[in-house]
Amino acid sequence: MSHTSDQQHPIGVYVKVWILLFVLSTCSYLVDFYHVESYLRWTLVLIFMVLKAGLIVSVFMHLNWERLALKYTLLLPPLTLLVLIALMLLEADYTHLSRLTFYTN
Amino acid sequence: MPTEIDKAPAHEEGSWAEVASDWSADKQTFDLPWGKVMMWIFLLSDTFIFTIFLTAYMKVRMSATADWPITSEVFALTIAGVHLPLILIAIMTFVLITSSGTMAMAVNCAYRGDRKNTARLMFVTAALGVSFVGMQAFEWTKLIVEEGVRPWGNPMGAEQFGSVFFMITGFHGMHVTAGVIYLSIVALKVKQGKYEKKGYGIVEITGLYWHFVDLVWVFIFALFYLW
Repeated sequence: MSHTSDQQHPIGVYVKVWILLFVLSTCSYLVDFYHVESYLRWTLVLIFMVLKAGLIVSVFMHLNWERLALKYTLLLPPLTLLVLIALMLLEADYTHLSRLTFYTN
Repeated sequence: MPTEIDKAPAHEEGSWAEVASDWSADKQTFDLPWGKVMMWIFLLSDTFIFTIFLTAYMKVRMSATADWPITSEVFALTIAGVHLPLILIAIMTFVLITSSGTMAMAVNCAYRGDRKNTARLMFVTAALGVSFVGMQAFEWTKLIVEEGVRPWGNPMGAEQFGSVFFMITGFHGMHVTAGVIYLSIVALKVKQGKYEKKGYGIVEITGLYWHFVDLVWVFIFALFYLW
């Protein structure tokens, strides 16, 4: 039907991405194994997470080869979730402080 | 027969003009099989559900006054006398990634018309999915029976740990289970040659769902287990 949905890639592309995902997962496991702590830990975990997610969505799910209209339809709406996350960050701090003030001795 | 008027004006690929024309031209927006578009829309809504779960987890964890249990230790296993932190979760991650790889190859085979290998790779994917769910069942049993984790409390620290853990991994496990059933049905029909006339778009749609399950696990692994 469409020229984008049935494009062909050599199977090697998937093998390469698969190996890359393996390496990235091993890296994030090693972060835990070697007890990397604090900001370095969170930065590394997030970097590996974003890279893995990007590879899965763009290559395995073929989004890389879809039309721009579909990319925007799928990638823009989740940005609204950042607002929720920001609000919940504030709320969590507030709840935590209230609990410390009123419920712990 | 298409006339001059039916033809959308050509725009540079990947430009805003192309996006505007896709949305405003007198035709359907996405030139894709409807099943594929619907799967994408479903996955978009599922993204919201899982993000809301993970955001709730962030909120609950940040506002807990008791110490959060150390996941690295809670999910540690001793294999052949060696104490390995988080090892089961790491294996589960590798299994799910491998299943995503075999699924991608199944889609590739399907579009090349290689029916036999498509069905074979899909069954491998489903089998890896089953082993993932099996390991999760083992993990849950260990946590409930040996460590005494309950949705309302646990001996290791913050009470909220249990409810968050069971809700998020449970919901993801349900997705994997549903995916295994979905995969098996489609694989069986591929094997029987039921899509010879309709085409093999269904394999790609099933693949989208399966990759999404893997995608969600990437976030759970990073944010719940490694944080």
